[in-house]
Amino acid sequence: MDPLSLKKVNEERRNRRAVILLTDLGDGRDRVIREGDAIPGVLGEAIDKAFRTGKSGTVEIGDNRFFLNVHVPPARIVVIGAVHISQALAPIAAIAGFDLEVIDPRTAFATPERFDGVNLHADWPEDVLKTQPLDRYTALAAVTHDPKIDDFPIAEALRTGCFYVGALGSRKTHAKRCERLQAMGIPDDAISRIAAPIGLDIGASSPAEIAVAVMAEIISSFRKRELGATGKAVAETATP
Amino acid sequence: MNGVFSAGQFDELATAESWMKAGREVAIATVVETWGSAPRPVGSHLVIDEDGNFEGSVSGGCVEGAVVTEAMDVLRSGEPKMLEFGVADETAWRVGLSCGGRIRVWVERVG
Repeated sequence: MDPLSLKKVNEERRNRRAVILLTDLGDGRDRVIREGDAIPGVLGEAIDKAFRTGKSGTVEIGDNRFFLNVHVPPARIVVIGAVHISQALAPIAAIAGFDLEVIDPRTAFATPERFDGVNLHADWPEDVLKTQPLDRYTALAAVTHDPKIDDFPIAEALRTGCFYVGALGSRKTHAKRCERLQAMGIPDDAISRIAAPIGLDIGASSPAEIAVAVMAEIISSFRKRELGATGKAVAETATP
Repeated sequence: MNGVFSAGQFDELATAESWMKAGREVAIATVVETWGSAPRPVGSHLVIDEDGNFEGSVSGGCVEGAVVTEAMDVLRSGEPKMLEFGVADETAWRVGLSCGGRIRVWVERVG
């Protein structure tokens, strides 16, 4: 392995960016491929698939065999709002294999009793996200209903290309939210990525059912996400 | 989830880099293919230095000894090697693989 490749791979991993180490099993030469790098042909297709599924493996192209070792950052969910839906979403996310954390500055909601074993921050999103920034491998679900709490992290999620941005609220609430985001200078195509009303349309009614709908929508957005630097897939895959 | 690296304490590629920076000779062994029941998924690493120190795993612990020995060769020659271990091999698992697992391990020197 080229020492530079090793350094590059580790640097990308530290920065929570997806990367593939491509090794030619014939001559042992390797190269580092980032998500969105344009690789033509059959190899490019195999690379896209590997990024999407996160699965490492060998591919044969003509007489050559390559090994693709995929390093995908662990997908995580950041929930804004320590509400009833979040209490149900936490164990569902754990079962589905996603890391999850909950942020809510309202200390009456964000109590350890209500969120036993959950990574909980009883602080403003502005403060928490400073030390733990959002990224393309993060889903953001804003469920407080309160613009003072929800708006900043939603804008931040759109700016950083979170693979999913969902916001709770009726169509009317969401229309007002869109106006506020526009006033904040967020472009319309970014705003259109917000999944609202939140969750796949399964007719969910209880908080637990809404949590299931949100989880399904997050999985769908993650698996069908567009690769590359833009991180724009959400609008196509999210059912409003 | 598949292919997800753990940010925890056992990070073989970070170990490899820190060993390399400390001036040690480093070989990296990687599981590139598995058949049947294999204890470690494709992409798993074992890193080895010239004194035979190692971190990580490519199996449940039964073929690591053989991989370390081969890695010494690879460190000397600089030529990468593909190793294959199966249930029929002397050096393979003696217990715990009822489905007849087989793995292919790529061993290469860093640099």
